[in-house]
Amino acid sequence: MGLRGEAAILGYFELPPQRKLAREKTFNLEQWARLSKAALDDAGLDATDVNGIVTPLIGEADMFVPSTITEYLGIDANFAEIVDLGGAGSAAAIWRAAAAVELGLCDAVLVTFPGTHDVPTHERRPFEMNDKMYFGASSNAYGSPQAEFEIPYGNLGQNGPYGQIAKRYGYEFGYDEHAMAKIAVDQRTNACATPDAVFHGQPISIEDVLASPLIADPLHMLEIVMPCQGGAAVVIGNKNMAAKSKNRPVWIKGFGERVPYKTPTYAKDLMSSPMIHAADQAFSMAGIGREDVDMVSIYDCYSITVLMSLEDAGFAEKGKGMQFVNEHDLTYRGDFPMNTAGGQLSFGQAGIAGGMHHVIDGARQIMGRAGEAQVTDCNRAFVTGNGGIMSEQTALIFEGE
Amino acid sequence: MSTAYTPPVLTRPLPVPTPLTKPFWDALAEHKVRIQYSPSLGEYIFYPRPLAPRTLADDLQWREISGAGTLYTYTVATRPPSAHFANEGTLVLAIVQWDEGPKFSTELVNVDPADIRVGMRVAPVFCDYPEADITMLRYEPEN
Repeated sequence: MGLRGEAAILGYFELPPQRKLAREKTFNLEQWARLSKAALDDAGLDATDVNGIVTPLIGEADMFVPSTITEYLGIDANFAEIVDLGGAGSAAAIWRAAAAVELGLCDAVLVTFPGTHDVPTHERRPFEMNDKMYFGASSNAYGSPQAEFEIPYGNLGQNGPYGQIAKRYGYEFGYDEHAMAKIAVDQRTNACATPDAVFHGQPISIEDVLASPLIADPLHMLEIVMPCQGGAAVVIGNKNMAAKSKNRPVWIKGFGERVPYKTPTYAKDLMSSPMIHAADQAFSMAGIGREDVDMVSIYDCYSITVLMSLEDAGFAEKGKGMQFVNEHDLTYRGDFPMNTAGGQLSFGQAGIAGGMHHVIDGARQIMGRAGEAQVTDCNRAFVTGNGGIMSEQTALIFEGE
Repeated sequence: MSTAYTPPVLTRPLPVPTPLTKPFWDALAEHKVRIQYSPSLGEYIFYPRPLAPRTLADDLQWREISGAGTLYTYTVATRPPSAHFANEGTLVLAIVQWDEGPKFSTELVNVDPADIRVGMRVAPVFCDYPEADITMLRYEPEN
């Protein structure tokens, strides 16, 4: 079952995240066009090579999003897909694009995630808060289970539910807050070797993390992502496109995905995340083992997401993730390089494009373009996406030739 | 001409029952807990649905349960989850597992956060909101 590994990431573009937008305000559609052009230029491909797109939700359309985009860019798409899987959406979009290429539907597919939500306003079209902004990922529509059984109890947004997961983890397996802090510290070291990272030049210590405010007990501020303005795009193509591209192709060898629930309250076992299935399928499809990957890029909205993903993806034994973190150097120069550009915690989370940071982190390393943060002889990467509250998760395996 | 944007006054959102979920809310109004049971599945389920999750069996029955349970997990939210909760103070966001099996999103009340332990026994607290014609179910430590 699965991919043959005949579709590759051939180019990418990632805007340096900004905590406050210092660039010109543009709409998501304009961002879609410019990010895509930059990724195509990076690959050395022409816009006319493209006959497929994958997109997240955008600000300028609630329906007919893919056709709005193909019209805007002038693409005759054979495959035009929208992915609504939150932070798992980027990784999910990558394998969908690879599948479209392997099915022969497309030669080259643009996977573009605008991540700048600070868009233009006008006095006749002013900024207005709506339920989506107030309640984040929870729907307040009449008849929505979230509107009826979650939002009234304050069970909304991300901080509370991730705090609940971390609390339960501590109850079942024990809790070492120093190990949790070390995840953020090692990633910050990686950001300090990555000039585009929002926290470049600002190293932190375990003491700094533990001294930062407790936001959702037991999670501290420095264990939680910083929302940023940015955006990212990736070009995926077939073997002919790979021959035309100027970059080392990053072949997509395996993927897995699982989407079992929306609200963690309804997880059958909150301590067994969907990553167990996603990672097993990805490794089995790629025909390699955990020991065969040279770096990992793990979706890191919160430190607890990283910890449980390391366990559930099979890198650390269940319940021993904190020991694993303490025993390994997770920096780009360490024995278990993880989130080598800083991760979202230290590179910055550009909204829905945050998940693409991990895709590009893996691709950048395999292409050998990570500069000071380059992992020596990096040929295989394991990348994850995570949406909602660890409720929709995707795994990918990349390989250079 | 432009007019200044006036943000609305926000208060805690309260549940609005649907035709399907009404028996659950009607029971809470009587300070009872009533949820659905699927005989073919042999399990209680929550929240209310038209068909049993997993099997989609069309045999769901409403049954009263005691409402007692254990604290599955919680977090102390020192910051409001949204602007609607700005005047609600510190919330203890909790998941309670009923003795009959299903889990329930709720809040812990009448407890010092320092005394909360995952796994502790908890008892229902029925909170009436007559102005919204709704009763919410919160929890406190047993005894």
